[in-house]
Amino acid sequence: MASILLFLGLLAVVAAWWLARQGLASKPWLEHGATGALPEADPIPPSKIGLGIFLAVVGSLFALFISAYAMRMQLPDWRDVPIPGILWLNTAMLALSSLALHGAGTAAGRDDLPGLRVGLLAAGISALAFLSGQLLAWRQLTGEGYLLAANPANAFFYVLTGVHGLHLLGGLVALGRTIERSWRETATRSLRLSVELCATYWHFLFLAWLVFLSVLTGWAGDFVDICRQLLT
Amino acid sequence: MVDMPLGPAGVGVPADVEDVELYHPHSWVTKYVFSQDAKVIAIQYSFVALSVGLIALVLSWLMRLQLGFPGVFSFIDANAYYQFITMHGMMMVVYVLTALFLGGFGNYLIPLMVGARDMVFPYVNMLSFWVYLLAVLVLVGSFFAPGGPTGAGWTLYPPQAILSGTPGGQEWGIIMMLVSLMIFIIGFTMGGLNYVVTVLQARARGMTLMRMPLTVWGIFTASFMALLAFPALFVGAVMMLFDRIFGTSFFMPAIVEMGQPLERNGGSPLLFQHLFWFFGHPEVYIVALPAFGIVSDLISTHARRNIFGYRMMVWALLAIGALSFVVWAHHMYVSGMNPYFGFFFATTTLIIAVPTAIKVYNWILTLWRGNIHLTVPMLFALAFIVTFVNGGLTGLFLGNVVVDVPLSDTMFVVAHFHMVMGVAPILVIFGAIYHWYPKVTGRMLDDTLGKIHFWVTFLGAYAIFFPMHYLGLMGIPRRYYELGEMAFVPPSAHTLNAFITIVALIVGATQLVFVFNLFWSLRHGRPSGGNPWRATTLEWQTPETPPPHGNWGKDLPVVYRWAYDYSVPGADQDFLPQNQPGITRAAPGSLHG
Repeated sequence: MASILLFLGLLAVVAAWWLARQGLASKPWLEHGATGALPEADPIPPSKIGLGIFLAVVGSLFALFISAYAMRMQLPDWRDVPIPGILWLNTAMLALSSLALHGAGTAAGRDDLPGLRVGLLAAGISALAFLSGQLLAWRQLTGEGYLLAANPANAFFYVLTGVHGLHLLGGLVALGRTIERSWRETATRSLRLSVELCATYWHFLFLAWLVFLSVLTGWAGDFVDICRQLLT
Repeated sequence: MVDMPLGPAGVGVPADVEDVELYHPHSWVTKYVFSQDAKVIAIQYSFVALSVGLIALVLSWLMRLQLGFPGVFSFIDANAYYQFITMHGMMMVVYVLTALFLGGFGNYLIPLMVGARDMVFPYVNMLSFWVYLLAVLVLVGSFFAPGGPTGAGWTLYPPQAILSGTPGGQEWGIIMMLVSLMIFIIGFTMGGLNYVVTVLQARARGMTLMRMPLTVWGIFTASFMALLAFPALFVGAVMMLFDRIFGTSFFMPAIVEMGQPLERNGGSPLLFQHLFWFFGHPEVYIVALPAFGIVSDLISTHARRNIFGYRMMVWALLAIGALSFVVWAHHMYVSGMNPYFGFFFATTTLIIAVPTAIKVYNWILTLWRGNIHLTVPMLFALAFIVTFVNGGLTGLFLGNVVVDVPLSDTMFVVAHFHMVMGVAPILVIFGAIYHWYPKVTGRMLDDTLGKIHFWVTFLGAYAIFFPMHYLGLMGIPRRYYELGEMAFVPPSAHTLNAFITIVALIVGATQLVFVFNLFWSLRHGRPSGGNPWRATTLEWQTPETPPPHGNWGKDLPVVYRWAYDYSVPGADQDFLPQNQPGITRAAPGSLHG
């Protein structure tokens, strides 16, 4: 359960940092009158905070899967899965998608509507390419006899990539709606916000994919081992 | 801290809200069925959760009938008994307590108590309820599925949960249970995001975090914990579904079923226990923290005294929330895990008792020299303190490995967690309903019926669960369908079991008094006015009762003080609402407090 505890530990640090700025040591019974922090002039929109918290939830889901992976792989029946070469191409696709959305975000900031549309479309297409690539990787593995029920390593491969893919699919629904809006509206504030939210979600999923990839290839395990040797 | 800009009369200017952000219903269906108003959603949540609670209550009756009078009721065979146990446990913990505290009280109280017009994502909030309802329907639907519901026990431990010897294991039961849990978690995440972000972003002007009522603090912390803990159950459910449907071996070890070796090997049942309890232990506090918060407010209001140690109460809530994530394996002392783990988890378990004890001391010190009104909500709140202390003390027994090992499989554990996680939160729920019903309906619940309900429930719960500790110490095992002839079980144990069953039937039936009161008072209750308990918090200061859509009329409230200004010396009444700018001084000679 080290991964999830590490993840929650990071969240706890963020929470503690935030709470430390909220005057938790104040004595509210002495403070009468109209004092109190004013909302900032340009408050963070609730949807951004909402997305941040949602990502914490998704992060803890992923960290728990990784914890389960780490515990299960120590048992003697574990046989590693060879990583299909196409995963590297997929990784590049997802990186491209993430970059394109970043570009769309900056284009939205410049009120550059054509640039915004191109960025969004490019992100959508490369994300679809990533998902199709993942399906190809699945086909390749099943073709080579690495079936779901044959070994826990196979099962984890399908489950981890599947869970990640489903989250990207959900993101594509939101991206699709944003693309549709970018054709209907000019670069309004709420459209800019939608693009920003999509970009954040995409960066998060790209990061999560890198973590998953490092776990599936065994690099994460090697890294942990090296750290352990350094410490002992 | 920035000082708030003051208007001409020294009164703060309310926050501006854009009108377009608030959703407005246009028809009867969007107003009462597919409503996006948090108050309507709260009532929908509460109604469904209480209905599930009644089903789970009947299931507990059926179990008790078997335990008290074994063999008398032929329709309760061993399979049915385990199905009743499983469904009773899961329904009560997840679909009643979690849904009621967060979905019910959270939805109703958060926007009103922090001075918002509604939740920040009303559409997602509406979706949350309907997804929850779907989860409930799938769960209840498993009663009608081939093979009936799962009988795996509420902890659903593999491998037995998906083997053919367990009711529903190789049929629909376990699949429907796992799917229902996954749907519930998705629905809860939608709601939970709302509760947390509303507290963070939609507070009225002047409502600093440290001016929030403890109810909001409790629900806020618990929602955050639930958002992070439920994924563990989700992961466990996904993996077990794979094991059951696709034949993977995440949790399934090599096993012989009915003399036939199965095609699985190497899986780790312990892995599931880790995942389950990583959710399961925070879940205890997900239920307890809102209860702590609500009880603090009930005690302060009905004792006309400011809460003692408000800051410490907030810190303790946060500390309990954080610590509850590192105690999970104290549910697994007998699972065969590394004994050193047990040492670590026993230590954290004892540490978490410290902030919890702080809360209990503060409640008692709030009562000290207070002007205690023994209203029905107050009776329930006081009963909660006693019950929680009782359950907490037996928790200290079970938190220690050497004491837990012999007691783990006995009725002592059943008695312990029913006291601390069953009876105690339910008492708070009742107290809270008696307290806030006037705000929801504009009418008071009947006092006499309420007192009958309280005394029978309170004394009855003790008559049920106190003797159960004794049975446990005697070694009577839990989970057993019937005791049979065992040399160490004296005849008096059977008599005690029959006694417990009879009391359980009476206490269960008494809940009908409460249900009757809920419906009867809707029409015939005494009109309550806007603030019948003379309370300080914002929800009692709404311009209309019950609060209409949008809660506050034209202007949002502005907050000038914390939530506990009761019996302030020199004030002309014994409470100062949070949105009252100054203290109105009483005429000389009429001071009190």
